[in-house]
Amino acid sequence: MDPIHQFQIVNLFSLGKLGNAEIAFTNSAAFMLIAVVGLTLFLVLGTAGGRAVPTRLQSAAELSYEFVASMLRSTAGQEGMRFFPFVFTIFMFVLTLNMFGLVPYAFTVTSHIIITAALALTVFFTVLGYGLMRHGLHFFNLFVPKGVPIYILPMIIAIEILSFISRPISHSVRLFANMLAGHIALKVFAGFIILLGGALGAIGWVGGVLPFAMIVALTALEMLVAFLQAYVFAVLTCIYLNDAIHPGH
Amino acid sequence: MVRAAFRVAEQQRSLNSKRVESMANGTQGAGDRKQPPDDEAALSARLQRLGKRLTEVSRPSETGSGPRQTADASAFARGFRLSTELVAGVLVGALIGWLLDRWLGISPWGLIVFLLLGFAAGVLNVMRAAGVVDERHLND
Repeated sequence: MDPIHQFQIVNLFSLGKLGNAEIAFTNSAAFMLIAVVGLTLFLVLGTAGGRAVPTRLQSAAELSYEFVASMLRSTAGQEGMRFFPFVFTIFMFVLTLNMFGLVPYAFTVTSHIIITAALALTVFFTVLGYGLMRHGLHFFNLFVPKGVPIYILPMIIAIEILSFISRPISHSVRLFANMLAGHIALKVFAGFIILLGGALGAIGWVGGVLPFAMIVALTALEMLVAFLQAYVFAVLTCIYLNDAIHPGH
Repeated sequence: MVRAAFRVAEQQRSLNSKRVESMANGTQGAGDRKQPPDDEAALSARLQRLGKRLTEVSRPSETGSGPRQTADASAFARGFRLSTELVAGVLVGALIGWLLDRWLGISPWGLIVFLLLGFAAGVLNVMRAAGVVDERHLND
C-alpha cells in the first residue's frame, strides 16, 4: 500500500567491509547486473549470426546500433563517433533499467538519484576532460560567446559557467524524477483498487475497474516515458559531447 | 513518393526561375520596388509550402531509423526538460552563492549575486533547450 516502499534498497548479501561502511550486494545492484547480463546476451546473440537477411534478434540489435549512431552523428558530427561506445552503453543501460523497472515486482534502478547523478557526472567529467585534453585552455572559449560587448562580458561568462555547472543536475534530475513520479503514480492508482474493495466490498471491487483501467493506460505511458527518458538522456549526452569536440563555435 | 519528390523538384525549379526574375526586376529600376511586398508574400508562401513538402518527402527515410518523432512529439517530456533546466540553474547559483558566503564570510552578498546569476543561467538553459537561442552559437 505504501507507494514509496518499492524504492527501498535491500541488502541481499554482504561482500565485506570497507572501513566502517558495509559493501553489500543490494537489489539495485542485482537489477543492474541483470540488465548488463541481459544486454550483453542480447547484443552478443544478436550479432553472432551476421546474416544478410537478419533474424528478429539481429534486426533489433542492428536497429539499436543505427538509432544511436544516427543520433550521435546528427548532434556531434562524424567526429563524435569516437564516443559511440560510451553513448551506446549509456543509452542501452538506461533504457534497459527503465524497461525492467516496469516489470511487476522489479526494482527501478534509475529511480534513485545516486545512479542517475553518477551517470550524469560521468558525462560531465568526460566532457570536461576530453575538452581540456583536446583543446587545452581554448576549451574555456565555450564560456565566452563572441560578439558580446566587453562591459557585460564578465556577467555573461559567470552565467555561462553557471549554466555549464547546472548541466549534470538537470541531466540527472530529469531521468530520476520521471521514473520516480511515474512509478509512484502507478502504485497510488493500484492502491485505490484495494481501498475501494476494502471500503465498499463487492461494489468497490467492481468500481475498481476504473483505477485499473487507469493503471493500464499509465503503464503504456510509462513505457513511452521509459524510452523517452533514455533517449533524452542520450541526446543530451551527445549535445554535451559536441561541446567538448567543438567548443567556442 | 517518387512522384512527390519530382513535384518538389519541379516546384523548386519554378521557384528558382522566379527568384531570378525578381532579381532581374530589381536591377531594372527602383520603380518596381513598390510592388515586391506582394510578390514576396507569394514567394514566402511558396517557400513554406515547399518546406512542408520537403519534410513530408524526407520523413519516411527518417522513420526507418527509429521512432524519432515520438521523442519530439511528447510535449510532456519537453515541458519537463524545460522546468528542470530552470530549476537546475537556480539551484547551482544558490549553492555556489551559499558556499562562497561560508568560505569568504561575506554573508548575504554571495547568495544574492549568485542566486540572480543562477536564475539568469537557468533562463538561458531554458531558452537553449527550447531552441529560442541557438545552442552556443551567438555570432557564427
